[in-house]
Amino acid sequence: MFFSDKHAGMGELADTLADDAYTEGRSLWRDARRRFMQHRAAVASLVVLALLLLFAAFGQYLSPWDNESIDWASLPNLDEDGVPSLASQHYFGLDPIGRDLYQRIVQGSRISLMVGVLGALTAVIIGTLYGAISGYVGGRTDAMMMRTLEVLSAFPFMFLVIVLMAVFGRNVLLIFVAIGAVSWLNMARIVRGQTLSLKRKEYIEAAMAVGVHPFLIVLRHIVPNVLGVVIVYATLLVPEMILFESFISFLGLGVSEPYTSWGALISEGADAMWTAPWTLIFPMLMLVLTLFCFNFLGDGLRDALDPKDR
Amino acid sequence: MFSFIIRRLLVAVPTILALITVSFVLMHAAPGGPFTNERNVPEAVMENIEAKYNLDKPLWQQYFIYVGNVAQGDLGPSFRYKDFTVNELIESSFPRSAYIGAWSFLFVVVFGVGLGVLAALKQNRWPDYTVMTAAMTGVVFPNFVMAPLLVLLFAVTLRWLPAGGWEGGQVEFIVMPIIAMATSYIAQVARITRSSMIETLRSPFIRTARAKGIPRHKIVLRHALKPALIPVVSYLGPAFVGIITGSVIIDQVFSTGGIGQHFVNGAINRDYSLILGITILVGVLTILFNAVVDILYTWLDPRVRY
Repeated sequence: MFFSDKHAGMGELADTLADDAYTEGRSLWRDARRRFMQHRAAVASLVVLALLLLFAAFGQYLSPWDNESIDWASLPNLDEDGVPSLASQHYFGLDPIGRDLYQRIVQGSRISLMVGVLGALTAVIIGTLYGAISGYVGGRTDAMMMRTLEVLSAFPFMFLVIVLMAVFGRNVLLIFVAIGAVSWLNMARIVRGQTLSLKRKEYIEAAMAVGVHPFLIVLRHIVPNVLGVVIVYATLLVPEMILFESFISFLGLGVSEPYTSWGALISEGADAMWTAPWTLIFPMLMLVLTLFCFNFLGDGLRDALDPKDR
Repeated sequence: MFSFIIRRLLVAVPTILALITVSFVLMHAAPGGPFTNERNVPEAVMENIEAKYNLDKPLWQQYFIYVGNVAQGDLGPSFRYKDFTVNELIESSFPRSAYIGAWSFLFVVVFGVGLGVLAALKQNRWPDYTVMTAAMTGVVFPNFVMAPLLVLLFAVTLRWLPAGGWEGGQVEFIVMPIIAMATSYIAQVARITRSSMIETLRSPFIRTARAKGIPRHKIVLRHALKPALIPVVSYLGPAFVGIITGSVIIDQVFSTGGIGQHFVNGAINRDYSLILGITILVGVLTILFNAVVDILYTWLDPRVRY
């Protein structure tokens, strides 16, 4: 499942070369898509992730409850009336204070996925620009920018973000920014490495020769060409961001009520697991499933877009 | 070599100073001080409390007093645990976190590298598939998922192990913290080791060694392992930091009384000096460990010269 069969691949390549060589040219992106489609686990992950997105977006309409109101009728006897059941329409049971866990998880999924995607996006934008500029300009600027990066990566950021949360209060927007802002360091390094090798290519020299502004060269020629690698690492960044947020929420320093996230739900579940193990198991399954999918997706994209790294 | 080590450690000083400054500014930008919850204290008493902790002085003076004290290894009194200094709190809790962390780190290196090498040697056969499937599973179980899951399994359901506590670090009390901490890192290290080992085994100098008729196990241990470990070592730097920060979760879930519990409580109680102290300790450790990784490089990879 994890490793494509080399020989079958070669045979296919020979076939396609023989058949298609004269019919039409193929772009890099189409090649990449073909390689990606062959990675079955990655394609399956993409489908599951799409379903997860639909769940987060529309899941709330499948249940008659909502994420804030308490089911007073079941509250006195949570251990028995709060168990997950289709009959009571509490598909995932009740949380420790009698709210519908299904709706809480739908709501938590929104926050977790949003933090993951937006956090990764912030990291990608900052990291790509920083790395591309540093690599392209080179010389003393490059040395200084890389030194700054080294200093920053020596910081225990997890601690600083926790301090930040404690100081400025729990705020989802702040989590986005904090997480994104501290996660671009590796991205910048990767992009810089790629830029260094791109810099000497003829089309860049051509652009320089006709006098294109350096910033435009970076934006129009360097950035699109490092995009493949960037996409791969961005996919791997998303689960990292989700973990980061969950970590902070698990400690009780992340999102605040009535909003929740997978980390906060796992933390609640961990406290209640002696009597209500389902409060731990369902959010945990969601998180683990998502991490699984993003990892497979990342693997598939790497095979497709970064062939030398296979 | 020696001068490189000295130079590398000297670079760490401004970084640590920057860290202290940033966290100091952050903590003091907080709305509400550590004593805002104290109810109905007479004005005079409040003034005395603030004078005792130097909170009545201007911020820049507080900063220099603090940096001066830290330079002498004094992290000041805790604002919340009134009878303790931060040093005392760290001294009592850090060894526990370090104990769990050190064991976890050992397991990560031994099992991660061992399994990775095994998978690489048996590439595309069942040991490889087993290890890689297990690793893929392990990666998605971070410490804050693993910790409650282990408690649910071994403490709540099976009742084999105590759910938490320390008791002088007896085996049954530290088994679950170590597993929870190490799992995802073992998985990562195994994956990295496997791919870098496979690459190394394909390189020409291994073919030469094989052509000379050197036995397989010697090739793996003497020739291939060292260069294959380079990416692993660069991963272990961040992994070490992860293990330290992970202790925040582990100490919380298993109530080990480690440093992580103090950190989280400090963050919630606005115990400035305690959080600052722990952040500085972690920062110094992080920076030192990154330096150690850099120094290890020169030993692993003779091409790296400083």
